[in-house]
Amino acid sequence: MTVEELFDQQAAEVERQNALENRIYCCTAAGCVSCGSEAVRKAIGEEIKSQGLTGKVEVCGTGCMGLCSKGPLVRTSKDDALYGGVDVSNAAALVSAPETLAPLRIDTSAPFFIKQKKIVLGNSGRVDPEKIMDYIAAGGYQALARACTELGPAGTLDEVKKSGLRGRGGAGYPTGLKWELVARQPGDVKYVVCNADEGDPGAFMDRSVLEGDPHRVLEGMAIAAYAVGAQQGYIYVRGEYALAIQRLQLAIRQAERERLLGNRILDSAFQFRVDLRIGAGAFVCGEETALLASIEGRRGQPRPRPPYPPEAGLWGKPTLINNVETFANIPPLIQNGGEWFASTGTATSKGTKVFALAGKIANTGLIEVPMGTPLREILFDIGGGVPGGLEFKAAQTGGPSGGCIPAEFLDTPVDYESLARIGSIMGSGGLIVMDSSSCMVDVARFFMEFCMDESCGKCIPCRAGTVQMHDILLRMTKGEASSRDMAILEELCTLLRETSLCGLGQTAPNPVVSTLRYFRPEYEMHIRDHRCPAGLCEMKGNEGGAR
Amino acid sequence: MDPVNRKPSLATVWLGGCSGCHMSFLDLDERLIELAPLVEVKASPLTDYKDFPEVDITLVEGAVANRDHLEHIRTIRKRSKVLVSFGDCAVTGNVTGMRNAFSVPDCINRSYRDNSAVVVGIPSGNSVVPELLERAHPVHEVVDVDYYLPGCPPDGDAIHQLLVDLLNGRAPSSDGRRFG
Amino acid sequence: MSVVTLEIDGKVCTGVSGETVFDVAWNNGVKIPRLCHIGGLPNIGACRLCLVEVEGQKKLLPACITPVQEGMVVRTWSEKLIAHRRLIVELLFAERNHVCSVCVVNRNCELQDLAVELGLDHIRLRYQFPKLVADTSHERFGLDHNRCVLCTRCVRVCDEVEGAHTWDVSRRGALSQIIADLGEPWGESDTCTSCGKCVQVCPTGALFEKGKAVSEMRKDRGFLKYIVTAREKGQWIR
Ligand SMILES: Cc1cc2nc3c(=O)[nH]c(=O)nc-3n(C[C@H](O)[C@H](O)[C@H](O)COP(=O)(O)O)c2cc1C
Ligand code: SF4
Ligand code: SF4
Ligand code: SF4
Ligand code: FES
Repeated sequence: MTVEELFDQQAAEVERQNALENRIYCCTAAGCVSCGSEAVRKAIGEEIKSQGLTGKVEVCGTGCMGLCSKGPLVRTSKDDALYGGVDVSNAAALVSAPETLAPLRIDTSAPFFIKQKKIVLGNSGRVDPEKIMDYIAAGGYQALARACTELGPAGTLDEVKKSGLRGRGGAGYPTGLKWELVARQPGDVKYVVCNADEGDPGAFMDRSVLEGDPHRVLEGMAIAAYAVGAQQGYIYVRGEYALAIQRLQLAIRQAERERLLGNRILDSAFQFRVDLRIGAGAFVCGEETALLASIEGRRGQPRPRPPYPPEAGLWGKPTLINNVETFANIPPLIQNGGEWFASTGTATSKGTKVFALAGKIANTGLIEVPMGTPLREILFDIGGGVPGGLEFKAAQTGGPSGGCIPAEFLDTPVDYESLARIGSIMGSGGLIVMDSSSCMVDVARFFMEFCMDESCGKCIPCRAGTVQMHDILLRMTKGEASSRDMAILEELCTLLRETSLCGLGQTAPNPVVSTLRYFRPEYEMHIRDHRCPAGLCEMKGNEGGAR
Repeated sequence: MDPVNRKPSLATVWLGGCSGCHMSFLDLDERLIELAPLVEVKASPLTDYKDFPEVDITLVEGAVANRDHLEHIRTIRKRSKVLVSFGDCAVTGNVTGMRNAFSVPDCINRSYRDNSAVVVGIPSGNSVVPELLERAHPVHEVVDVDYYLPGCPPDGDAIHQLLVDLLNGRAPSSDGRRFG
Repeated sequence: MSVVTLEIDGKVCTGVSGETVFDVAWNNGVKIPRLCHIGGLPNIGACRLCLVEVEGQKKLLPACITPVQEGMVVRTWSEKLIAHRRLIVELLFAERNHVCSVCVVNRNCELQDLAVELGLDHIRLRYQFPKLVADTSHERFGLDHNRCVLCTRCVRVCDEVEGAHTWDVSRRGALSQIIADLGEPWGESDTCTSCGKCVQVCPTGALFEKGKAVSEMRKDRGFLKYIVTAREKGQWIR
């Protein structure tokens, strides 16, 4: 379609939706599906028919509405309200008289809602991810139009640089700089790759975005391709994300049909194709060079950098790799400008960050907050605190590459630098809360086991070092380790950090280092007294032979 | 070592090994005669001691493979001023440790049932034949070790060098030593 | 091709642009330890033994894949580097079953040489004792996984020099294993030409010629250079 058609279609669709008596949004993301939202959606559809309201009332599935612990969630346009814990018996009321469901109504002025700021998840729960018109009605693809008609490649790049956006895949590299590196490379074959491998245990931010708003990611990639001069893109999705894959495939087909992807995009000379590549469930394939090897059809193993992908990526060509959430930030950023984007956040961390709250916290689910929000606000105001009367012990960010943050640092603002200062990392957005029933040695062991299982095996420090570290931590939890083991554990931490080939091995010691930093006495009790203060580890003492 | 009058005392111990390290020790030949006046040998596989004596230097051959070894090495450690892991089985587990990839019952069955023409019985670990530990351990996995003399067996020169150094109160030099 | 001057361990060295720090160091008599690197094969920077300190760089750099640069100041031996290298070699010994006393390459083994060079006399880590087998299905050669350090020299020489690509790595992490073709016994491989190049480049006793007893296997270390020189320069010289 042309740019004019895009705006016309938006207006038409908005008008159509406004004319409806009621539009019912039923969350069909994984959390709600697992408590029966598909059945609710079907029942609502049947109700509409049987009440003879076809054409007047409409039901659609949406992405995650955030409060997963209260699912299934349904939003109704008639009274602009959100209902939780809905079941099929509520279908009739939801269609014609939602206001009668007052007990199920969720107070959207609660801190959980008002302390959040939704940029990335702006459409999630508000558009049907399987309908491109829903996305267009919400202003979709207008940022691409602005880039192509108003800004030009250099102007687009400028906006991204001005915005201060940093990569959301973990390392926080400035996105504008990365784009510029690729844009500056000579040659006309370049690639744009979206990293949707999301392998951190407990993380599901990227999946939610892909399932709930796939067009946003495609639009972000198209804008990037336009800015750096690429004509081919790949999305590397992990195979476990069947629904995300299906929605992306559908979205790509729709966008191509509407000439928002493919040849002559928005009736211009710009062309950009996107293909999916499905990963086979290896965490390391999220590392950019391993991911590229995997796309090329080789064994998914990292290679030393330099050269970095912007110089030599896919098949040796300049390649831009960004995370799903990074791309998802692009359309609103371009639509509203870099300065608008930079007005949220802190001096060095701009915009918002999506977190997946998990563990010992009341409101598990997906949230989005401005960068710089204090951890306490995220965990207690938005997250609702630790349930069950137990005490907060630590929050873990950054998954297997991150660290544990103890209670004394609850007032730390969540931004790249502040988290690094206290020995953790922003990571991709997993946020796991632990209470006094968690054993920190066991937590460290758990993450080490993950790294050990996920090590690709290419370099020795990570392949064999994670095995030894896990062995020591495991023996600690059984009361079979000595202070000598502790010394070797710390040596291994340094070795892996300083000598591993890729980020997996380099950061694998982080959970150990951070728990040692804040909970060393707990380790010592395991070693010296064969005692687990949390009462979790079963100690057999040390009669087996070896010390 | 008490410098006043006493000759330093030496013990050599044979745990889970083939006695090859002791043979190599004996291969010092005439050098043994030079060394003899310098030390008092308080215990060796050839002496019949009931209780392990207090000694200055103990060379331990062999891995810690069974309950007896375990008890024994703990006593030895307490009563030795300097403990040396003597030969590969003590240092790495070596051949004695090759069973570690298998479970103890598998090893026992293999030795006493599958590979035996006449099955006389399976040691139950209660009396004469000590019970095997789950794994055969290098000595330093079980007690503190001061020095290591690898080799299968360590050659005579290396043993000689180590003893001369220790008897002169020096840390052993690594010349001629080869790990693996 | 321009001449590059740099400092390695306080010594002024010259190399040619495009050469690696590793090669220039060795040409100038500074022997940086290595395991995955072998002259004549593409480098992968995997074993991390050749890591060196370069002034102005926060990270340690693998000498085998780092090109020399004018004015570079390199340190190849420091307390930190030695500690790292020792621990890496300890990791290798503990990872699989290295029973040197009964090994075909005993006293002629690059892993042992590293241990000696780094002054190791025992391994502080727990031996893992994985249960591994030896593939002796090939008529002339054997592959003993117990001794393999996963350097992938065999994979690379077979692919890049012989052109057969019989070998590859299966699985990941500590479970990684060298496989012939798609996991067939070596003797049944359709692609193996029985050239024996992999056996010669293998740094340990993992790949060996059959019929060799303890300590009898000698690897021909000049072999690869001979072939590569022939291929690149057309000269069959040793
Ligand atoms: C072991 C490992 C796993 C990674 N997994 C992911 C991942 O699942 N998703 C992701 O976006 N980035 C992942 N990364 C980071 C990527 O290498 C890369 O930095 C990122 O995709 C760049 O995108 P960004 O600049 O938008 O953050 C991983 C890195 C490492 C070392
Ligand atoms: S650090 Fe781990 S994952 Fe990365 S290359 Fe080394 S072995 Fe592979
Ligand atoms: S390969 Fe080398 S280190 Fe391993 S057992 Fe053989 S000789 Fe020893
Ligand atoms: S078989 Fe030899 S050459 Fe091949 S990876 Fe193992 S150690 Fe290296
Ligand atoms: S020799 Fe350079 S990393 Fe192995």
